[in-house]
Amino acid sequence: MAEVQIKNYTMNFGPQHPAAHGVLRLVMELDGEVCDRLDPHIGLLHRGTEKLIEHKTYLQAMPYFDRLDYVAPMNQEHAFVLAVEKLLGLEVPERGQYVRVLFDEIGRLLNHLLNVTTQAMDVGAITPTLWGFEERETLMEFYEAASGARLHAAYYRPGGVHQDLPRGLDERILAWCERFPQVIDDMEGLLTENRIFRQRNVDIGIVSTEDAMDWGFTGVMLRGCGVPWDLRKSQPYVAYEKMDFDIPVGKNGDCFDRYLCRIEEMRQSLRIVKQCFEEMPDGPVSSVDRKIVPPSRGEMKQSMEALIHHFKLYTEGFHVPEGEAYAAVEAPKGEFGVYLVSDGGNKPYRCKISAPGFRHLQASDFLSRGHLLADTVAIIGSLDVVFGEIDR
Amino acid sequence: MDEALSDLGDHIAAAFPNDVTRTDVALGELTIEARSDALVKLLTFLRDDQNCQFKLLVDVCGVDHPDRPQRFDVVYHLLSPRHNQRVRVRVLTDEQTPVPSVTGVFKSAGWFEREAWDMYGIMFSGHPDLRRLLTDYGFEGHPLRKDFPLTGHVEVRYDDEQKRVVYEPVSLVQDFRRFDFMSPWESAEYILPGDEKSQEQS
Repeated sequence: MAEVQIKNYTMNFGPQHPAAHGVLRLVMELDGEVCDRLDPHIGLLHRGTEKLIEHKTYLQAMPYFDRLDYVAPMNQEHAFVLAVEKLLGLEVPERGQYVRVLFDEIGRLLNHLLNVTTQAMDVGAITPTLWGFEERETLMEFYEAASGARLHAAYYRPGGVHQDLPRGLDERILAWCERFPQVIDDMEGLLTENRIFRQRNVDIGIVSTEDAMDWGFTGVMLRGCGVPWDLRKSQPYVAYEKMDFDIPVGKNGDCFDRYLCRIEEMRQSLRIVKQCFEEMPDGPVSSVDRKIVPPSRGEMKQSMEALIHHFKLYTEGFHVPEGEAYAAVEAPKGEFGVYLVSDGGNKPYRCKISAPGFRHLQASDFLSRGHLLADTVAIIGSLDVVFGEIDR
Repeated sequence: MDEALSDLGDHIAAAFPNDVTRTDVALGELTIEARSDALVKLLTFLRDDQNCQFKLLVDVCGVDHPDRPQRFDVVYHLLSPRHNQRVRVRVLTDEQTPVPSVTGVFKSAGWFEREAWDMYGIMFSGHPDLRRLLTDYGFEGHPLRKDFPLTGHVEVRYDDEQKRVVYEPVSLVQDFRRFDFMSPWESAEYILPGDEKSQEQS
């Protein structure tokens, strides 16, 4: 039989595909069922956040960060307020630091619950998703109790957090912490030893340490290949240096190791949450520098000076000294950085958001080459992409 | 910490006496300003030198200063997990002069440079695939430039007669409101007729 030249097949994956985790459009070049080239087209959720922030005061710019990675909103806010605090030279009182650590870890749990379960759904398991979402709902109730909103919290403020925790919230969270390890165990029981889950994830999307660094991987993607790099340990911010927790690392750098890292990180987050409540001191949750942090509403009704501060801070806002700062936090997906340039005014001159998902998705072409089409779905699932932060 | 950073800055400046124009440590961050034609050499040095080991390129972004002849800053943020340090490299360029692409040094630079091209129109020479990244297909202009309006130029809607999405010039009922929040003691000087008399007397 004469040899037949077969042309590669170009296929559109998304932008509306349940396994695309949002609005990802992949233009794939397929040789049979093997992926030859993969061109992600992103930007379908581009809202011009960075441009909008340049036209808002620092306080008005803060809620935009909830809308980036809407799976773990408060971790993003943290990076922005850290950058502002760095430029202002502002100290956060100790109780405020602990509240921030607490909600950073709740954000991490929210994120990993969603990612682990949707990764499982991408490869065919539906039950963990249903279980995971129930727990996410409970966690969002804690968000709501503290800030008044389930998702778009706008809770962190330059100088601390907006208000103290309501009475009784600590007991509710601690009671949940007692119950939750059983849920992780149940989920693991469904997935870790599951034959299908292993077939779909073990040895898929392997990254070497050199490649991971070259592609700018951070967070679980880097730890999955065995690099113990976590900003909470190496460049601790707020109260993280007092926290006692371990950093799980993978061995092979494949999708399965990344899944295992996330599961273990959830257990470590629980440790941090418990420790937060054990050690949390009393005192103010926000700085008392009235030139930056507005007074409470009750105070505003009593004192003339507080009224003036309240009015000035909610109209003009505070001015930030000229300069530039880069602040990064260990968001659940990796290093989330904010590069802030100030010209001395009440609005940021430039605010660049450096999202971990952006760097990770970029490597999807490199990760998927030579894999089957179905493995691409598993790889995208383990990259942990959320389009709010990638498209900005 | 600051001392270690300024030592590192001196070390880098000593390796590139003609290309590094300024090193500066502020707020615990090291900034290196360099000439753009030495960029690839400088970043390769930062990646491979024993005292630097900046293996991760975390971010590349543009900053627009329309009042300068070289209006764009291109800012690179690097991270060294080995030494637990960060460095910021800044080069200057204008609308015509391309900056050498660093995709050969860091693979992660690919999308960052595409984004900077998309948002600011900063050109990168030697980039394998310098397309727009975040904006719409067929978008015109560079939205993060300071002279680009916040509202943009076109808006889209679904046209029921043509049965497709159409692009139209933006029409807004109300403009974006900008307030002059500066207090009267520090705001711009408003010169009123008759003001010159007080000057003459004094």
